[in-house]
Amino acid sequence: MGKATRVAFGEALARIGEKNKNIVVFDADLSVSTMSKYFAEKFPERFFEMGIAEANMIGTGAGIALQGKTAFICSFGTFLTGRFDQIKVSLNYGRANVKIVGTHSGIAIGDDGYSQMGLEDLALMRVLPKMTVLQPADAIETECIVDFLANKHEGPAYLRLTRQNTEDLFNASYHYNFGKGVILREGKDVAVFASGGVVANALHAAEALIKDGISATVVNIHTIKPIDVEIITRLSKETQKIVTVEDHQIVGGLGSAVAETLSDNAPAKLLRIGIRDQYGESGTPDELYEKHGLSTPGIARQIREFVSH
Amino acid sequence: MATTKELARIANKLRIDLVKMIGAAGSGHPGGSLSAIDIITTLFFHEMNHRPKEPKWPERDRFVLSKGHACPALYAALAHAGYFDKSILKTLRKLESPLQGHPDPGKLPYLEAATGSLGQGLSVAQGIALAAKVDKKSWRCFCIIGDGETQEGQIWEAAMSAPKFKLDNLIVFTDYNHGQIDGSPEDVMPIEPIADKWRAFNWHVQSIDGHSFESIMEAINNTKRVKDKPHMIIANTEKGHGVSFMKGVNWHGKAPNKEQTEKAIKELEEMGRNLDG
Repeated sequence: MGKATRVAFGEALARIGEKNKNIVVFDADLSVSTMSKYFAEKFPERFFEMGIAEANMIGTGAGIALQGKTAFICSFGTFLTGRFDQIKVSLNYGRANVKIVGTHSGIAIGDDGYSQMGLEDLALMRVLPKMTVLQPADAIETECIVDFLANKHEGPAYLRLTRQNTEDLFNASYHYNFGKGVILREGKDVAVFASGGVVANALHAAEALIKDGISATVVNIHTIKPIDVEIITRLSKETQKIVTVEDHQIVGGLGSAVAETLSDNAPAKLLRIGIRDQYGESGTPDELYEKHGLSTPGIARQIREFVSH
Repeated sequence: MATTKELARIANKLRIDLVKMIGAAGSGHPGGSLSAIDIITTLFFHEMNHRPKEPKWPERDRFVLSKGHACPALYAALAHAGYFDKSILKTLRKLESPLQGHPDPGKLPYLEAATGSLGQGLSVAQGIALAAKVDKKSWRCFCIIGDGETQEGQIWEAAMSAPKFKLDNLIVFTDYNHGQIDGSPEDVMPIEPIADKWRAFNWHVQSIDGHSFESIMEAINNTKRVKDKPHMIIANTEKGHGVSFMKGVNWHGKAPNKEQTEKAIKELEEMGRNLDG
């Protein structure tokens, strides 16, 4: 197992901060969890501890970014996106170059329960005009995205990260391409679009389906907004059967982005795997993935039923 | 730099403009624009270092109108200062106008922040002031919040954090005009003892007459002598100040009709002639 994407983020930001002196980082009493602490330890003069006051952190980050800084504001995804109006007005309407870093996404955080889980964060960020929404699948991809956000991307962005460790899907030769889905394997019966910490599970589910005679394409969607219309349209036309997999409500996130793209361009049958209008709950990450159909066997079972109907 | 007499003349012209603007728009917030205009006038025509012909001059003092609904006052000041042509003022709230009903820096780049959802602008102003500290610059950030706005919890988050960062370059006015939509703050949700609250949060606090240019100037001068603390100037003001019939909470968010606009302008022009005399 590789690193959690939050750890890859923290390490990458501290490394990138050496060259890019324009970066300033804020946290709301969770730097040891979001891993912004690595940056804080190295660059205390460019790190601001804001205490347990996320709304104020969002506005302050917007203000400093409007003076030319690249601001990263960090907390749990649910705590940040819960301050929706501050993000909507001060940050996004203000066109501030702030990167909102929401960790502890999904039910995979486990024992802490629903109030700590980012399960609606993609929906909230995706609806905002011009907002960029990104979710890496592993540590290497996270490093690439942090570099992209720090050095190339201009404007508001939301970066969604995991608490749990993620399997390494890519190696050092990986070339990150903003807005473009990454084909992990190719098949002809069904196309599976997955994002974030569950991409590895979706990939292994596709591998397991071979013995059932089902060949599945698996695409990693690291850019939720703007969504890769081209690849979704093309694979829809080719397979006519589309699946989305995400550790998020099936409403508003990747499932909705794909559904909208299909409706606009190339309608196909769609199965959305994710949290089905439920609250999150306490349990081990494995138990929760089993219960909510996000384990490798759970994903394989749902795709099998979907394809055979 | 300007004399108090010159400031009074400018504020009078701005009052005429903003009443005309709101009248032409058919909607807007005259009460809180008129209560804040003397502070805004003192800032833009006396105190702030800024260059209207070089709006993004890096060394400029910044201004954030946290009580964004008073933006007609700010738009009028920006136009008079020379940021854009005064003919644009009459487009307030109209389709395709850069003068949105509440400030949009995307459409009017001379604005430092998007405001209008109350409670947020002070945090943005704090971030702006923090940028100066990080870069070891001497420019300041001015901000105006409303009295009703201090009912927002986020104001007190910023109240707590600005002293932590020793933001003595953050100078905030409370436009204490005693009116909000549903009544006076005393009835809607009491904010008193407001000066004590800011002092308790470790701010440098002054209470002044917000319609006395001398008091406003003096209060800002006093901020220069107090280091390592953010500054709160409680400006006691009057909603609708300058127009006899626009006082009180009824004129918070109501535009004058044609007749009322003409009446208000007549009053203000009369006042302007007295200033000139």
